[in-house]
Amino acid sequence: MNKMPQPTESSVGSCRSRTIDIVNRGLKRRYRAERRFKIYGITAIALSLVFLALLFITIVGNGYSAFRQTEIKLDVYFDPMEFKDKLAADANYLAIVKDAMRSLFPDVSGRRDKRSLYGLVSTGAAFQMRNMLLKDRSLIGQRIPVWVPADDDVDMLVKGHMDRGLPESDRRLKDKQLAWIDQLAADGRLHKAFNFSFFNNGDSREPELAGIRGALMGSFYTLVVTLLLSFPTGVAAAVYLEEFAPKNRWTDIIEVNINNLAAVPSIVFGLLGMAVFLNFFGLPRSAPLVGGLVLSLMTLPTIIIASRASLLSVPPSIREAALGVGASKNQMVFHHVLPLALPGMLTGTIIGMARALGESAPLLMIGMVAFIVDIPGGLTDPSTVLPVQIFLWADSPERAFVERTSAATMVLLAFLITMNALAVVLRKRFEKRW
Amino acid sequence: MKKVLTLLSAAALLISLNAIDAMSARDYISIVGSSTVYPFATVVAEQFGKTTKFKTPTIESTGSGGGLKLFCAGVGAEHPDITNASRAIKSSECKACFENGVKEIIEVKIGYDGIVVANAKSAPMMKLTRKDLFLALAKDVPDPKGGENLIPNPYQTWKDVNSSLPNQKITVLGPPPTSGTRDAFVELAMEAGAKEFGFIKAMKKTDKKRYKAVCHTVREDGAYVEAGENDNLIVQKLDKDPTALGIFGFSFLDQNADKIKGAFVDGVEPTFDNIADGQYPVSRPLFFYVKKAHIGTIPGIAEYLKAFSAEATWGPDGYLSEKGLIPMPEAERMKFAKDIQMLIPMECK
Repeated sequence: MNKMPQPTESSVGSCRSRTIDIVNRGLKRRYRAERRFKIYGITAIALSLVFLALLFITIVGNGYSAFRQTEIKLDVYFDPMEFKDKLAADANYLAIVKDAMRSLFPDVSGRRDKRSLYGLVSTGAAFQMRNMLLKDRSLIGQRIPVWVPADDDVDMLVKGHMDRGLPESDRRLKDKQLAWIDQLAADGRLHKAFNFSFFNNGDSREPELAGIRGALMGSFYTLVVTLLLSFPTGVAAAVYLEEFAPKNRWTDIIEVNINNLAAVPSIVFGLLGMAVFLNFFGLPRSAPLVGGLVLSLMTLPTIIIASRASLLSVPPSIREAALGVGASKNQMVFHHVLPLALPGMLTGTIIGMARALGESAPLLMIGMVAFIVDIPGGLTDPSTVLPVQIFLWADSPERAFVERTSAATMVLLAFLITMNALAVVLRKRFEKRW
Repeated sequence: MKKVLTLLSAAALLISLNAIDAMSARDYISIVGSSTVYPFATVVAEQFGKTTKFKTPTIESTGSGGGLKLFCAGVGAEHPDITNASRAIKSSECKACFENGVKEIIEVKIGYDGIVVANAKSAPMMKLTRKDLFLALAKDVPDPKGGENLIPNPYQTWKDVNSSLPNQKITVLGPPPTSGTRDAFVELAMEAGAKEFGFIKAMKKTDKKRYKAVCHTVREDGAYVEAGENDNLIVQKLDKDPTALGIFGFSFLDQNADKIKGAFVDGVEPTFDNIADGQYPVSRPLFFYVKKAHIGTIPGIAEYLKAFSAEATWGPDGYLSEKGLIPMPEAERMKFAKDIQMLIPMECK
């Protein structure tokens, strides 16, 4: 700067320095805002991770013990007298179990004491005996050691969910029963084994016998119906709307409605299912067929939207090149565009299926929220699904159902994570970037 | 592509064939109804399925009202055979049944259920009367200054309600209005408490609508918390918060006696024996209703009824009592067992 600055220069200079000053002055604030925003983002992610971790920790913490079940070793004697003039299926197996219990504690007498002694083993023990004998008749007249499931109260005690220190009246197991259990443990007749019945049985009101097989099969049949209906329909609808349909008011209306349908609360589909499939078509209640129909209505919009997005991402040059070498429109779509769009469609379908797997509200209206013991063997057998099973167990008064609820949730989460991982893998492997 | 298409059409064919197959008769019993009866009916159904050649009945927990609606929709395999109820059938429901062709219904009472007011084991024992419950939970209560006018519930602590109770904020976790337990609670506890005020009792004759509203309306200022239908959740919350009280069925108290304890009501403790002999005032009968027209067409109904009414099932030493059902007195059991055997239908009132 001179002593006598040129007016024009000075004005330009001062002007320039002013802009820079403004920028400099604001710079700190702008950096701060940026940092602040980053912190918000990181906090949000950290918070959601903490909640997720909390969820997993509580579920796994509550549920892992359900994969092991306390068992009691009995020396069972299949008395030939019992089978003398009866069919093997009709024999009194409960009496056989009771005899075995009594032989372990021969000095227990009195009706009440005997009752509480028999209460230590599960009512399922008698059915276990029956199945064993029906499989192998040569057991009659033999004395063999068998591990049978313990009652749920015993199971809770062994797993440490019942406090021995409480006064007797506040415990489900009384002092005498505790003494018997301790003696069984001392004799090596009490152990925890892998809970096979949790994966092999249907629902039961006895926690030690309750399993998720029925619900898993129900979920399987329901999802098969959902997939078979919603995938082809969804893809066909998407291909037509995206590649063939004229762009006019009607297709606009259809598009808006599909988007609206994706946002409809799932219980509404249940009401629709009840009105249409049950009342109008007369399909049976509680059937996976109807469940699948309802859930496919629910997943259809998801699949259509995902499929259209994936068709849209195929570059127009592919279409033009195909048409240019003389392909018909049909050939262009089915030979070139569809194969390229398929990975994206599959991803959308898997995510839609995962949502259908976790759904329970629409199934309430069509009778799939029910107590079902027999494992379904087909599309029209009464059945329930995994999330519903979790809901039903969460509502049961028995303490032992708490851990089973969490264990079933773990199984459901495992399936959901697998399905979502599959979607990610498919996308990573087959997706083409243009 | 062609392979996929043939596969898909084959699958579609399979589904439609299956659907046609389903139209034919049902070979298992379909039961709907009350969530209070559900834990008992399911045990019987499971035993029945395991010990007989019949399939295990399916049981839906739809609530008493929802169950009766489905039950009364008509006769035929697509309608349920039995509905459970935690209250007796209403005459309007009975009429609706009749109009839809469900003309013969067999009513079976299975036992009693006590409704308990419980708090955490660590909290002080509450000794309540039904009048206390009414004053603490009703929306409008008689003016504490005297007179015969009703004012919005001013009570904040139990001590305000009754000076012998602890100085503790009123927080009661209970079922929502859709629940049969709630219906029974307002009727058996609050209405009975309200009747102790002469002018409210007199209102029953002069203005029945107002009487009902006064007795049955629960306060909405946060002292009564609707905790959903999940009674396990209420138990867990009570365990965490010793100042709160909860309302639920006796079976939950029975199963969780190490965490919670039942409050005395009118000086009677909610124990199995006290509910069974009728001393505990807040208890209600549980029922199920059977469609007579279905007996013989759906296999196993008569056998299921027989299994349910066996002494080993609903008697004092039966397995239902272990699940928390309070058995009926012997004479009553005999009566209903006979009704079941003879298949005597009830009459609509």
